[in-house]
Amino acid sequence: MDTSIWRPIFYLVGFMAFAGLNAAYLGWCERKGAGRIQRRTGPMEVGIQGLLQPLADGLKLMSKQLLVPKGVDGILFRVAPILAMIPALTSFAVIPFSGNIQARSVELSVLLLFALASIAMMAVLLGGWASGNKYSIISAARSVSQNLAYEVPMLVTVITIVMITGSMNLGDIAVQQQGGFWHWNIFALNKSIFMPISFIIFFICSIAETNRAPFDMAEAESELVAGFMTEYGSMGFGLFMMGEYLNMVVGACLVTILFLGGWSCPFGLFPGVWWFLLKIYILLFTVIWVRWTFPRTQIYKLLNLSWKILIPFSLVNLLVTAAFIKIF
Amino acid sequence: MTVPIECRQDETFVLNLGPQHPATHGVLRVKLTMDGEYIVEAEPVLGYIHRMHEKMAEDGNFAQFMPNTARMDYLHALAFNHGYCLVVERAAGIEVPERAEYIRVITVEMNRLISHILWWAAFLLDLGGFTPLLYAFDDREHVLDLLERVTGSRLTYCYFRFGGVYNDIDDEFITGTYAFVKRLRSRMPSLYHDLVTGNIILQKRLKGIGIITEEQARRYGCTGPVARGSGINYDIRKNESYSVYSEFDFDVPVYNECDSFARYMVRMDEMEQSLRIIEQALDKLPDGPIRAKVPKILKPPEGDYWASVETARGNLGYRLVCDGKKNPYKLKLRSPTFCNLSCFAEVSEGMLLADALAFMGSLDLVIPEIDR
Repeated sequence: MDTSIWRPIFYLVGFMAFAGLNAAYLGWCERKGAGRIQRRTGPMEVGIQGLLQPLADGLKLMSKQLLVPKGVDGILFRVAPILAMIPALTSFAVIPFSGNIQARSVELSVLLLFALASIAMMAVLLGGWASGNKYSIISAARSVSQNLAYEVPMLVTVITIVMITGSMNLGDIAVQQQGGFWHWNIFALNKSIFMPISFIIFFICSIAETNRAPFDMAEAESELVAGFMTEYGSMGFGLFMMGEYLNMVVGACLVTILFLGGWSCPFGLFPGVWWFLLKIYILLFTVIWVRWTFPRTQIYKLLNLSWKILIPFSLVNLLVTAAFIKIF
Repeated sequence: MTVPIECRQDETFVLNLGPQHPATHGVLRVKLTMDGEYIVEAEPVLGYIHRMHEKMAEDGNFAQFMPNTARMDYLHALAFNHGYCLVVERAAGIEVPERAEYIRVITVEMNRLISHILWWAAFLLDLGGFTPLLYAFDDREHVLDLLERVTGSRLTYCYFRFGGVYNDIDDEFITGTYAFVKRLRSRMPSLYHDLVTGNIILQKRLKGIGIITEEQARRYGCTGPVARGSGINYDIRKNESYSVYSEFDFDVPVYNECDSFARYMVRMDEMEQSLRIIEQALDKLPDGPIRAKVPKILKPPEGDYWASVETARGNLGYRLVCDGKKNPYKLKLRSPTFCNLSCFAEVSEGMLLADALAFMGSLDLVIPEIDR
């Protein structure tokens, strides 16, 4: 079966469909969620409960002219939106949705995911740089310093997980957490008493990595108009948005696998892909919820949070974990 | 974060903030000389919405200028109505019936309330919080409906007349206003303060940012919540009491911290004081006529007159020079936002762009009022 041509095709089509649906319908969920939080209904006109709204939006964006303003770096300007999508799509290749739904079980899949996440940051940088707009350049500079600052605590936390599980394979990490919520890494208090806080740090970092509010420094619309997306219209803008949502999904998958036991059931019953999906959508809802209830932070306070609080703490957690593993 | 920074001239660049920018809430343009994200020099450029209101006043008769007053500060239009009525009444020697004075105070305070509510919403929008806007508009809508009943319009009111008001208030307005006062009182602590004022991100972004010292506030002629946030206890309603404000018991909130958060708190407290004034005025509301007998065409005697009122943004002054004809010889406005904005250039020096915009939001700018 493994060598058959059908397996790659099945996964390619499946993940493309999954990614496409998520990119389109997370936007719908976000608008509906924002609507509920703000005591209004959200989109209602197109289809039942506005369910066809993403399609209408997609049609609108695709039918618009792809405007390339004067004075931009043509090639980079066109490449950047695609670059925002590709790494997020590629990431799905190594994510285990359940014990037997995984396209490729790569030994260093954790490392691969982080490498791809760094490329996504390049899209913002290139988009901002190529636009030749001062607001975009400020936004690009912000996004680079933000991503650098938040990748460090994220990676240190991942090292902790790797020390606990002894593997860099996402599938193996998830398998080790099977059978009830007390096996999950978030509650692995016998490995390090700081694991729940570690989870929170990782979650905050994943929000910051995906440029979501309250850490959306790169597209702070009241300061930088639309940041790196200022000059983009039509599908260029659409691809950036889809890339953002896909990065959110990848982030949620990563948090689920590393901390919440992947596809395991909290009570040890019927583990499977449905638990995995439930967990990632709860996390995604939290991200949306946070966005619509908090004001934006300020770039330097954001960097201070990372360098002065999150990084020292994740280093302490690393030491504590090492000590626990040595002692017990 | 407001540490002054040193930089070489050749490393700066000019960032054109506005006239179309989401944070300026209008057509204000600020020319920023930036060093990275730090502001080296800020230069507000005005005049994008200059409509020559002062000249227009000279062309028509006195009553014809009344609708123009509402087009300047569209958020606190009734105070602009009020100031103009005061100065013309002073010039022509018109006595206003007591009931009309009470109605004026009630409606002006309601207007101040929604002006502050809208500022709160827009300010949070500047800080990146979108949700408070919709809750604020919910409250604002109640007041707009009430004011629409008596004034006939929802934003640019032309409700006051020389010697009174245009329309009497009815029982439905009074019960509706009482209900609104009760509603906002119950919502203020839970919704406005617990969810927004207490938010740690908000506090971190406002405390210690955008400090206008008392000396600076005096030098630039800042008034209103901007001055009161810098520890200057100055409110025209108390200091140069006009209309029937002296009959009400209300406090003037003053904060000494001088930062954006102080200005924020001044406005939040002022909303509660406005509620107090509205409630007292409704309790004491006397019967009687709502308009004095005033000739159709006013011809005030020759002279130089001044009246100032406290708008939601500060001290609004009207200077009227009459030469005995049916139109003003000259009408000069002293608008609060113009003076409040003038301190922006000095205070924002060395600030981060994000902080400067939060600071600009805390000044509560209404651009049409700056340019007139």
